[in-house]
Amino acid sequence: MIREIYLDNSATTKPSEAVCDIVMRLMREDYGNPSSMHRKGVDAEHYLRDSAEEIARILKVRPSEICFTSGGTEGNNLAIIGTALAMRRRGKKILTTMMEHPAVSEPLKFLEKEGFVIEKIPVDQYGIPVLSELKELLDEETVLVSTMYVNNEIGSVVPVKEIAEEVHKRAPLALYHTDAVQAFGKFRIYPKQLGIDLLTVSGHKFHGPKGSGFLYVNGSSHIVPILYGGGQMNGLRSGTENVPGIAGIGVAAKEAYTDFDRKTAHMRALRDQLRQGLMEIDGVAVHGKGGDESAPHIVNAAFEGVRSEVLLHALEDRGIYISAGSACSSHKRTSSPTLTAIGVPKEELTSSVRFSVCENNTEEEIDETLAALREVVPLLRRYRPS
Amino acid sequence: MYHTFLIKYGEIGIKGKNRHVFEDALAKQIRLALAKKDGSFSIRKERGRVYVECSGEWNEEETVEALQHVFGIVGICPVYTFETTDYEALERDMLKYIDEEYASSSETFKVKVRRVNKNFPLTSMEIAAKLGEAILQHQPSMHVDVHNPDVLFDIEIRDRVYIYSKVIPGPGGMPVGTNGNAMLCLSGGIDSPVAGWMIAKRGVGIDAVYFHAPPYTSERAKEKVVDLAKCIAAYAGTVRLHIVNFTDIQLAIYDNCPHEELTIIMRRYMMRIAEHFAHERGDLGIITGESIGQVASQTMQSLLVTDSAVKTLPVYRPLIGMDKSEIVELAEKIGSYETSILPYEDCCTIFVAKHPVTKPDLGVIERSEQKLNGIIEELMDRALRTTEIIRVNA
Repeated sequence: MIREIYLDNSATTKPSEAVCDIVMRLMREDYGNPSSMHRKGVDAEHYLRDSAEEIARILKVRPSEICFTSGGTEGNNLAIIGTALAMRRRGKKILTTMMEHPAVSEPLKFLEKEGFVIEKIPVDQYGIPVLSELKELLDEETVLVSTMYVNNEIGSVVPVKEIAEEVHKRAPLALYHTDAVQAFGKFRIYPKQLGIDLLTVSGHKFHGPKGSGFLYVNGSSHIVPILYGGGQMNGLRSGTENVPGIAGIGVAAKEAYTDFDRKTAHMRALRDQLRQGLMEIDGVAVHGKGGDESAPHIVNAAFEGVRSEVLLHALEDRGIYISAGSACSSHKRTSSPTLTAIGVPKEELTSSVRFSVCENNTEEEIDETLAALREVVPLLRRYRPS
Repeated sequence: MYHTFLIKYGEIGIKGKNRHVFEDALAKQIRLALAKKDGSFSIRKERGRVYVECSGEWNEEETVEALQHVFGIVGICPVYTFETTDYEALERDMLKYIDEEYASSSETFKVKVRRVNKNFPLTSMEIAAKLGEAILQHQPSMHVDVHNPDVLFDIEIRDRVYIYSKVIPGPGGMPVGTNGNAMLCLSGGIDSPVAGWMIAKRGVGIDAVYFHAPPYTSERAKEKVVDLAKCIAAYAGTVRLHIVNFTDIQLAIYDNCPHEELTIIMRRYMMRIAEHFAHERGDLGIITGESIGQVASQTMQSLLVTDSAVKTLPVYRPLIGMDKSEIVELAEKIGSYETSILPYEDCCTIFVAKHPVTKPDLGVIERSEQKLNGIIEELMDRALRTTEIIRVNA
């Protein structure tokens, strides 16, 4: 087998051994339904409780405030639609940013058709929402503000604390939701200190299983379910719990915040090594700010005169896996919302790729990747549409 | 409920002494098409007729759909069979049939009787007249129209009695395996699968060649082509798909030839490779999805220049006179359209000049190609040697 350098950790990560083990055990042995009254059910329920407690400890919240979901898309839909439906008699205004993931922008588009008013806050060239615009738009009619925490394409970090303060000061009705899918495991996040009411997390972005995730819902916030049935998750999310996934995300969360400073420092070092190396290649524009103000794991860059898909496949041939834009938008031929929002010129939109590291990547892998780029980019530039 | 289909075939019937060859091929294709479906099926040939008898857990919809993928079938008739030896029993069977299939109908009808078993009492005409009367009495809402009936009741009296009136259209054409094989140039587009389907319809088995250009085309583009080959295989049986790594040849052309001639020269090399594999497979022709004037490389001049790269085989272009909208319509019918429009690059779309030649001159192109002498031979050789062959089944 040829060696594999996986630099697409923002798309998904490889599940850790401990995660695989617990998922397997729950598939093979402790397969009970947590709602069953017999011992099998009780055993299964223990896994749910352990996982919720672990996550609650990490976020410094109560276990009852963790609602397990199937991942980022469901968490965002529940937060957004659940809030809008709960508040629809009190106000119709929802604020968001111009660089959200489709799992946020699409449910908002749905609500817009249902009569809600959606206002989009612009972002600056580094992918930071313009706070003055936010202040202007916040008012007593506003029922929800939804911004991402870390941008999935360029790794910019949204100042959630400042936003939360403004939201609660100027819009007393509003809940503040943040899509923290790219932030969890990369930052220490304490929703209660930050003033976050709803926080979406997805398990497979930090070595957990796909199909696992949770939404933190502040105990004093009222949202309504979008799935109805047997009343699981305190009625907020009916459906037999995905026990293997829930146990898996608990283990993954615990691992992510074990030895946390060393791991994030390592990611940061890899990111900086990559940024530095990229800037030394001719005709490469690195997007985003970098430094401590950015996510430790994401680098986005445009390669002049090279189509992103072609570069992706050329690296793939060398066993290096990256992403052209964000994985979710690469099926469609639409330009990336983030790169468009931060004002990346048109020709760079089709030549931008994303590298995203995790704590298991090594310095050597980054060196090899840079060496491959130095070799392949000039070759690809020779052949371009005339 | 019925358990038998009468298979109507058109052109096969007129093939004289070769008829049994065609009928055998048809029976074989029907057997193949039904092999993976639930139920057991026996195929019976009887004096210019092919019957499919169904038993076990067979499903009407699935069976009909499978039969609609067999070239050579013009019509699929659900047939009721009865063990009947006298007229009274036949009349009871006929009225039972009406109750099951035409219970509330007010259509006009005609009864046609064919009495093959001459021991059955009464003549064909007498039976038809009596049955017509019985139907009129039984179901007064229906009326007779002998010239232009809505429904034609076909009654065949053989060892058993067969009653049918409905004809589900089949795909027509001739059974695959009656006309040799051909090599289809398959891209990821809309046209080429349709071209392959049209030739397969004439009884031709299909091999295919696809030009893969990593890193300019992705694994997904290749998978898409395999899926398109599957669409063809659903009608034509196993497709042997040749996946040629074409990148180096493309780059050599780019490096050495005028850019406005890239596409046309590239296509000539594709044709040469297709011809090579066609010979290797014993195929009797090459198929392309070209249609006059659709793009720069499909003008009459371009086609002439492309065509002359093939020295020893005919190139069949079944779409040559069709409009895009007609091709799309067929692609939708055969089920390849959805796959064809998936947005993955194929190698034609990357190396396209802004202003490609639309009226290439053969002499000029041949002179340009001479610039590849000394380089291209080895690249061609390597492309042929490294070609991957996949057997694609429906």
